Parts: sequence; structure tokens; C-alpha cells
Amino acid sequence: MVEVAGECAKKGKYSIDDILKGETIEERVYRHRCVEAWSMVIPWNGIPLANFIKRMEPTSKATHIKFYTAMDRKQMPGIQSEVLDWPYVEGLRMDEAMHPLTILVVGLYGEMLPNQDGAPIRLAVPWKYGFKHVKSINKIEFVTKEPLNTWQRQAPREYGFYANVNPEVDHPRWTQATERRIGEFFRRKTLMFNGYGDQVAGMYSKLDLKKYF
Amino acid sequence: MWTLRFICITLLLTPLRKVTGVNLVSAFRRMMGLFAFFYGTLHFVTYVVLDRFAGLVDYPGGYFSLATMKSLTKSIVDDIVKRPYITVGFIAFVLMVPLAITSTKGWIRRMGGKKWALLHRLVYVTAIAGVVHYWWLVKADLTRPQTYAAIVAILLGVRLYYRFTARRSAPRSASASGRQSAPG
Repeated sequence: MVEVAGECAKKGKYSIDDILKGETIEERVYRHRCVEAWSMVIPWNGIPLANFIKRMEPTSKATHIKFYTAMDRKQMPGIQSEVLDWPYVEGLRMDEAMHPLTILVVGLYGEMLPNQDGAPIRLAVPWKYGFKHVKSINKIEFVTKEPLNTWQRQAPREYGFYANVNPEVDHPRWTQATERRIGEFFRRKTLMFNGYGDQVAGMYSKLDLKKYF
Repeated sequence: MWTLRFICITLLLTPLRKVTGVNLVSAFRRMMGLFAFFYGTLHFVTYVVLDRFAGLVDYPGGYFSLATMKSLTKSIVDDIVKRPYITVGFIAFVLMVPLAITSTKGWIRRMGGKKWALLHRLVYVTAIAGVVHYWWLVKADLTRPQTYAAIVAILLGVRLYYRFTARRSAPRSASASGRQSAPG
């Protein structure tokens, strides 16, 4: 069940079936770039997040969307250790959330999404680092200001809100100029916005990407 | 990881002898130290090949050309200068090199026990730098670096304690013979 809350008309709890009702599940093959500099090409199966957002009828006050990850101590013993401030929280600006590349994922390689990859439903935002692709979403909230995402809270010097893939802004402890595609020996050059610049760069034309990393 | 483990084992042997009288120092300490150096070398080579060499992206004149080797060297040096956790890791490794070289009987004889023992105190610096290197590189969960920090702190603390108590009792018991037997 995914709870929908905040600045929208259709608050409530939705099952995965509700979310997928009337939608066509598409396959999207995206480049996936982790902030720790590994990458993969992944065939996701999902629906545009924009479709779901429109159905929830957000009010004009909603500027951002905030995602919460499921936190079940029985199923997820790892959260016993307080490495992060659970539950895991992520967020997007409204225009990013509505972007046609942003999808809600329910499958991988044409199969149902496995638990470890974020079942039953997760996000994919291919021009952003992997940690923005929040997994096992159980609550979506329409909010009026930029949410503080988990990794930014943990280490604000190292992880920002935007987390757009950017070869020119290094992580303090490693380079973001190159990446290792899993299975390859030689590293590749990392592409601006993970190669999706033509589609997304316009959203950030007024933003100093060195400051808002 | 194994480098740090063997450093800890190496540092454990002398206090173990003092506390329990079990003497593994003569039999195992050199071997444990060399194991630490061996794993440290593997770690450094992995870093140079998988991280630096594979990350060059451009290989002018081929993979093993002089130009490539130059840019590899530059990439390593730049990284050591730029990133503090690499800097301390590199220090920890480099300080093991003279210890490994002078680990033979011949070198102990040539240097003389006292000088050799003084040089080999560098292992304390390696231990601390190794822990700092580990502490600074983890992403979120500090449990393991904290564990190693505690172990190294205890092992070095025991030495300070013995040094302090030995100094206080030195005028009466003249324990110079005990002091000669190398650090740990």
C-alpha cells in the first residue's frame, strides 16, 4: 500500500493495482549511475510518475514531492543499526517529478521487481545519481518546500538535494569524471546529466550546479 | 582490511608476552609484520591498477607507453595530494617499506638492536594512519573503523602504560635489559 498525503485532492491509500489501473507498463532502458561511480544499463518496467501525480490532483501549493521508504523491522533487520536516520526519505522538485523520463518502477528485465531492488514499487530518475531512485515506496507526500533527503541529512557536504549526474563536480572523496560500468575493466567518461542533457538540462538553466549538487 | 588485522596481531605479541609470559614474538612477529606488508602491497597495487590505471580514460601511445605511465604517475600523485584518506593510506603503506626491508637478521645486526628498534616504532604510525584511512573512507557505518581504532588504542595504550611504569621503577631495578628487546 502506498499512502498519498499532503497538498493534493486525492489523499488516501493506494494498492499497487490501484496505481497501475488503466496504465500501460512500459520498458525503459536507462543508464544508471551510482554516486559511488559504478554504472549499469538497466531495463526497467514501469509507468510515468507524471500519470500518477496527475491522478492525485496536487494543489498549486505543492512545489516538491517527498518519498518515504517502507520500514519493517521484521522483514528488514538491517534497520536495527542506526547507520541512517530511517525511514529513507527522498524528494524531487515538481517539474522533475513530472518529467516524462521519471518513472515509477514495478519490474526489472521483464520480471516482477525483486525485494532487494525495491519491491513492490520504486523510482527511476536516470539523470540523477542512484540514491535518488528511492526504493520500496510506501508514502508519497506533496509538500510546499524542498524536503531534506536522507543522504543530505547524513552528510550535507557530500550529498545534495539535486544529485544530478555531473562529471564536473567531484564528490569530496572521489572523482565523478569517470565511472566503471559493471563488468568492464576500463572506466568510462561520465556524461553530463548521465547523457540525458538534451531532455533535462533546461530545468536547471538558472541553477548553479556547483552549489546545488 | 587484512593489512590492519595483521598490524594488530603484530602489535599484540609483545604485550601478550608481558602479560601472560607466552612468547610468540621471536617466532611470529616478523612473519605477521611481513604479512601486513604483503596485504598492504596487494591493496596498493589494486588501487594503482583498478582505480588509477583503469581510470585514465586516455592512453596516448598505448596502454604501456611512456606517456601513459607518466599520466598514471601524475594521476596517483594528484590523488594522494588531493584526498586526505588516500594521503594517510599512502603514508601507512610507505612507512612499512623500510620495516619490511630491514626485517632480516642481517639488517638487525648491521643496524644494532637499539637503532633497529627505534626505526621499527614506525609501525605505530602505520597502525594509526591505517585506522584513520579506514575511518575516513567509510560512507556511513563507522562500527568497524571504531572497532579497529579501539583495538589499536588499547595495544598502544598498553605500551604507554609499561613505559610509564618502567620509568618509575627504573632507578631501583635498572631494567635496561628489558628495554632492549625492540618495540612491538
